[in-house]
Formats: sequence, C-alpha cells, structure tokens
Amino acid sequence: MSDVPNDLKYTEDHEWVRIEGDEVVVGVTDYAQGELGDVVFLEFPEVDDEVEQGQPFGSIEAVKTVADLYAPLTGKVTAINSKLDDEPETVNSDPYGEGWLIKIAISDRGELDSLMDAETYQEHIG
Amino acid sequence: MEGAKTALYDRHVAVGAKMVPFAGFIMPIQYKSITAEHKRVRDTVGIFDVSHMGEFFVSGDGAADFVNKMTVNNVGKLSINQAQYSAMLLPDGGIIDDLIVYRFQDKFMLVVNASNREKDFNWLKEHTPQNVKLEDHSDDYTLLAIQGRNGPELIKKLSNIDTDEIKFYWFREGEVDGSPCIISRTGYTGEEGFEIYARNEYAYDLWDAIMDAGKKYKIEPVGLGARDTLRLEMKFALYGNDIDSTTNPIEAGLGWITKVNKGEFIGRQAVLDVKAKGITRKLIGFEVEGKAIPRHSYTCHQGDEQIGTVTSGCWSPNLDKGIGMAYLEKEYTPVGTHFELEIRGKRLPAEVVETPFYKRPY
Repeated sequence: MSDVPNDLKYTEDHEWVRIEGDEVVVGVTDYAQGELGDVVFLEFPEVDDEVEQGQPFGSIEAVKTVADLYAPLTGKVTAINSKLDDEPETVNSDPYGEGWLIKIAISDRGELDSLMDAETYQEHIG
Repeated sequence: MEGAKTALYDRHVAVGAKMVPFAGFIMPIQYKSITAEHKRVRDTVGIFDVSHMGEFFVSGDGAADFVNKMTVNNVGKLSINQAQYSAMLLPDGGIIDDLIVYRFQDKFMLVVNASNREKDFNWLKEHTPQNVKLEDHSDDYTLLAIQGRNGPELIKKLSNIDTDEIKFYWFREGEVDGSPCIISRTGYTGEEGFEIYARNEYAYDLWDAIMDAGKKYKIEPVGLGARDTLRLEMKFALYGNDIDSTTNPIEAGLGWITKVNKGEFIGRQAVLDVKAKGITRKLIGFEVEGKAIPRHSYTCHQGDEQIGTVTSGCWSPNLDKGIGMAYLEKEYTPVGTHFELEIRGKRLPAEVVETPFYKRPY
C-alpha cells in the first residue's frame, strides 16, 4: 500500500506538491517511485527556467524505465534538489522528504485548484 | 493479472515481490531493488525462479540426427551429461530461438525461451520424423538458477553428489536436499553457479532448502529485472531484443555456435551465403559517456547518418554507467569507434567497447 500524505496535493502524473508560502515543493509520489523502481538519475531544468503546467520539465531514469516529469504548476523554478545528483536513490527511500525534486514560484494560485487532494489521488492509483 | 503461475508463485508473493506479466506468466520482476539484487549475485549468491522457460524432451532412434538437423551447434560433439548453447534457424537464416541442448543417456532435453515455447514446439513438431518422440514437459518442471561465487559451495553442501566434478556446461542427475533434480553448471549471469531442474512437486522443498542453507551467504531471491542487467553486463543476447527472426546468427555474434561444417541443418545454406557475402551489420556492445541509459530502439548516428539501432540497454550497476547492445553498420563496429546515441531528442556520445562489459574477478 502506497503512502499518500494528507497535507499534499497531487497530479495525475503521480507528482506531489507541497505549498510553502509563494512557492511549491514538487516530488514524485511513493506510488510512482515504487512503480519506477531504482532511480538512477534525474534530468532537471535550471534555476530561473520557466515551466508550464502539464508540460514536461525533466525526466527520471530508473533501471527499467524512463519517465517524463510534468510541471504541476506554471512558474519559475526557484530551486532544484542537487543532492539527487549523487544520491538519486533518495527518491526511492524518502519520496516526500529528502527526495523532493524542484521548487516552483507560484504564478497563478488558481492552478492549485486543478490538483487532487489525497483522497482523490488514492482513488486515482486504486 | 492474467497469466500462468510457476510452482513458486506463492513464495514470491509472500515476500512482497513485484509481479508482472511476462511471456504468458506472472513473474517476479523485483523483490526489493533491481540494483541490490544484481549486486547480491555479483557479490555472493542469488536464487532465481525461471520456471517459465520451456523444457522439451526428444527421444527415439532418430533423436540425435533430428536435434542436429534442427539446431546450429554440433550435437555430434555432445557427450552424455553435457550441454551446449545453440539456436534454431528459419531456412532464411533468421533466428527462431536460442536454446540449450542437454544430452542424456536416452534422450535430449531442449530448454527454450518462454516467449517462444509454442512457436518452437510447433516448428519442431512439423519436422519430427517417425522414429523420434517429441514431448513438451514445460509445465512439469521448476527451474531454479543459483548464481554467484558462493553458488557452487551452497549446492555442493546440499547435494548427494560431488557437484565440484560438474564442469561448465555439463550436468548430472542427483539430489539437492533429498529432491531429485538435474544439476546443470550453466547460467545467464556471468557468475559461477548452477541451474537446477526439478519436477514441480519438489519446488517448495528446493527453494526453502536453498534459501535456508544460503543464509550464511546472504542469499536473496532475484527477479527478472536484475536477470536482465546481469545478462546485459555479459552481452548475452536476449531473444526478442537482440536476436529474432530478422537477425542471423553471424551478425548477432553467434558464429561460434553455428557449425556449418557439421552437416546439413535448417538455415545452413543461408548462413553460408551470409558468410560468403559478408555481414552488413553486427551486434556490438557500447558505453555511453555521461548520465544516460540506452534503451531498446534508440537510434545510433554519426553526423547526419543513422548507423544503427539499440537492441538492449541499462544502467550497469557494476560499471556505474549506461551500457547497451546495438546493431551497427559494419564499418562502425571496431572497438573504439565513437558515435552518437539519440536519447529522447538529444545526442549523447557513445563508444564501441570490448565485451563482455563485466569480467568476474575470481
């Protein structure tokens, strides 16, 4: 059974969003890391790059497969988790904590309404 | 999930294996982590349930001639209790399957890929003469692979025969912890170890006995995911990825098992033609520079020209880099040749390297 914390928002592409003031922290869900298996490395945008809701902003390579990462919101990238360069497996071991991916400055708070709450996401993954 | 279950299905589910459909079976792709399972096999020993593989028995007066006609390797060179890696070809030289041929006192056993079992059996059946009996016993047999440097010691301790006397690609019938089985010194990982064939009724006993006795070597079950990365580090071909009905054994690097001088076999003329004309492409091993994982069907380039296609790839846990196999046009196949790999719209530098990628250190 995958862990789905109540205090986060979710996308259909199995990413989570934590709202922290004017920015959001983005990661992949426990379900996603389980499906992907061992994460080998990640490809990220640069800080200050603009990302657009629903568009790919990077990729996540696991031993068996590769998946695109889709921006949950539109906005400017304010931080990337460079720790994952050396320890990509953190995405597997701590997907909601140390394994976060990027931070995005919120440009349109209305977009937050399109994200799922924990209960809806739980239904989404069955 | 639809699919056949091996006799050990419950054992996999009990320890939380991730089960996936594969070649008509529901198989464990990983138990905890592909990388960790891979390293377990490289470091000590791992156990694989590969019971999805097919086992055909061929007997009768004409058995040896029949198997020799249907396969590329020289069955005439096989002693009793010896095995050989081989392949079956279409008349045009395309590969029907790769397989292992075991010679017993009174029969041959052909071990084929699960995904090709029905196709192979029908092909063999079509060609079976009156004095040969062909039987499919795939559903009766469990196949366990015990692979890793501590594998031989582990099996020796559990067996009633001296398994040290079984050389690479030889086998014996004996018992492992009291269960009758065929103990074969073969494998698909590049490590020492055995493959053990037993009737399904002994599957639980064997699995439990080997897991228990293997504790001192930290034995762990290993899924199909790590089986793939282990075989890739050895550049062992996987049917459906690296070889298929559109590839011939010479370009696939299987010339060493294709014995054109042994006499007639199906596909021989086509192989002779390929040899006379020379191959146009060859299956090579390559490494990617930087962080990237080559995968099946990615393309290989030099400048504007596409020079080949990737057939298999992975992140090599032992080399800690992206490795792969590709068919490249012949002029680009020498070791040291640089080319570019197109990965999701980007070009990354790659180089043809010596294979196997991994050589065991013992």
